Amino acid sequence: MHIGLLETGSGYWNALIWVITAVIIGIGVLWLRNKGQENYKKNTDQTKPFLSGNPEVSKEDSHVGASHIYWGFTEALKKYYEPLVKLHTGNINDYSGWIVLMMAIIFIIVGVS
Amino acid sequence: MSSILMHAPALVIALPLLAAFVTPILGRFNRKTISWLASFTLGLTLLLTIFIAKQVLTNGPIVYVFGGTEIGLTLPFGYSMPIRIIFQIDAMGIFMGLITAVVAFLAAIYSISYMEQHTGLDKYYTLLLLLATSMFGMELTGDIFNFFVFFEIASISSVALVAFRSTISGEPAEAGLKYMVVSSISALMVLFAIGLFYGQYDALNIATIASVMQFTQLDKIALILLVTVLSMKAGSVPMHMWTPDAYSEAPAAITMVLVAASQASLYALFRITFSLYNVTLNTITVGWIIIILGVLSMFIGVTMAIIQSDIKRLMAYHAISQTGYMLLGVGVGLAVLTNPAALESYGIKAMEGGIFHIMNHAMYKGLLFLTAGSLFYRTGTRDLNRMGGLAHNMAYTATFFIIGAAAIAGIPPFNGFASKLIIYESVYQFNPLLSIIAMLVSILTLASFVKVFHSAFLGPQLEHYKSVQEVPKSMVLAMATLACIIVFFGLFPELIVKHIVHPAVMALIDQARYTATILGGI
Repeated sequence: MHIGLLETGSGYWNALIWVITAVIIGIGVLWLRNKGQENYKKNTDQTKPFLSGNPEVSKEDSHVGASHIYWGFTEALKKYYEPLVKLHTGNINDYSGWIVLMMAIIFIIVGVS
Repeated sequence: MSSILMHAPALVIALPLLAAFVTPILGRFNRKTISWLASFTLGLTLLLTIFIAKQVLTNGPIVYVFGGTEIGLTLPFGYSMPIRIIFQIDAMGIFMGLITAVVAFLAAIYSISYMEQHTGLDKYYTLLLLLATSMFGMELTGDIFNFFVFFEIASISSVALVAFRSTISGEPAEAGLKYMVVSSISALMVLFAIGLFYGQYDALNIATIASVMQFTQLDKIALILLVTVLSMKAGSVPMHMWTPDAYSEAPAAITMVLVAASQASLYALFRITFSLYNVTLNTITVGWIIIILGVLSMFIGVTMAIIQSDIKRLMAYHAISQTGYMLLGVGVGLAVLTNPAALESYGIKAMEGGIFHIMNHAMYKGLLFLTAGSLFYRTGTRDLNRMGGLAHNMAYTATFFIIGAAAIAGIPPFNGFASKLIIYESVYQFNPLLSIIAMLVSILTLASFVKVFHSAFLGPQLEHYKSVQEVPKSMVLAMATLACIIVFFGLFPELIVKHIVHPAVMALIDQARYTATILGGI
């Protein structure tokens, strides 16, 4: 058995080789980054974000809250989410109902098979 | 010493049970020592579990007969079936026992600081120890009625722990009530199924029932009841709705143990289908039922998680989603159980992926719930909308969160990747669509945890969290231990798969060996 070599059924996976590769690539990226723009000056307008000419909002106000993240994703899947969220009523009667319903479905499937 | 270790299977139950009853007495004299007593006891139990695991994985299954003249004498002269309570510990049982031992021990360590300011600590630690005892019992017993007793103890102690924190709005009590109702339904159904077995076969020992199983109409009804309620207790969609309520309201360390308790029910589902019924049932039908429950859990769990803004509810939905992977992997193994070529080609690998994922999930989901607990400990909120910039002051917690999040999203080289990769590749050979859904769910999982990381840890320091500090050492220690396990399992997955997971899978598949361990004939 080779150290780190996992048989996955169709192939192999070696985490150690992945780590070594990631480290080599990381070093390469850092080296490339250090060769960056020579005319870069810290603490000048160069370091500020450019928001189409609009003034930059304060850092505290620029933090995007959790409810706003993936707004587009949930909006696009509204038809999927609306009934799904409605099913989660928080009502214990419904919880019990789902158990009974699933039991009935499995009963029919196993019964006829 | 060796004579004491002979009784290790009994001690694994007896030690935490004894400590559970000593805790309230000790609490009357010295409140602070009870957390250390619980940690010490669960640490000792962990060592005993490791000792049993070594025995089982080296020498084969262990049987322990309670009250018998000899520990290993399952069938005294003149008896045709075992009548005493017997612990039957094979590689699958001890695999689950190891998970329980690690999780319960780290929960106690984490709780030392996390629960320090709370009142009623004697009750808290008593319930934690009882919960650990019952989980060990569920996983080690070879007697189905004994399983029911431990199943009930686990439910009662879990309900009390979910409702442990009291708030003005009463959410923990409400979550506890809901959990109590679904637990009562499941316990009744399990008891009814046991009655059906006992009525037909006059036996309660799982191996004995398995050896005479005829798969009558009554056995079919028992199977339906057990599959439904055990998958419900494992948090399977669409019977998952109690999970976000219970997981989010329980104290963080308890949520970690609740995840392992749900996995104990999942283990029972696998034990029933493989060791009790095995090929007597229609493996393709029941296998596909488990697979469909798995796919529903994976997809609905993750899509519901993405829209949550309560960090623990979000993680609870992910726990449902990850349970889907386990159901998928083991379901594929069950579906091809009667097809030796398919079982050999990918069925065993799919089961290895599913079973390995149980252990991985317990570790990274445990870590994630502990990081959520750390955030709650310092900020007093679970609402992600009110958090931000916490990585500035809680660097350790942020690092542990990254490790846990990367593991659950299946990013190499962490442990979640290893088990998911085995599931993807083996399930692809069974049905490519199932594998593609599993990969899609991983992408959505990553998206969801990117959202949590951004909301809680990134961004500028918020004014009201400027004075926030890193959590106390005992909490950091528990999280660091889990993080180390995750990294180790990720870097050397073959060690775990070869020495722990593969024997566990073979113990599940080989029903003949399971029955012969009790009834003889090996």
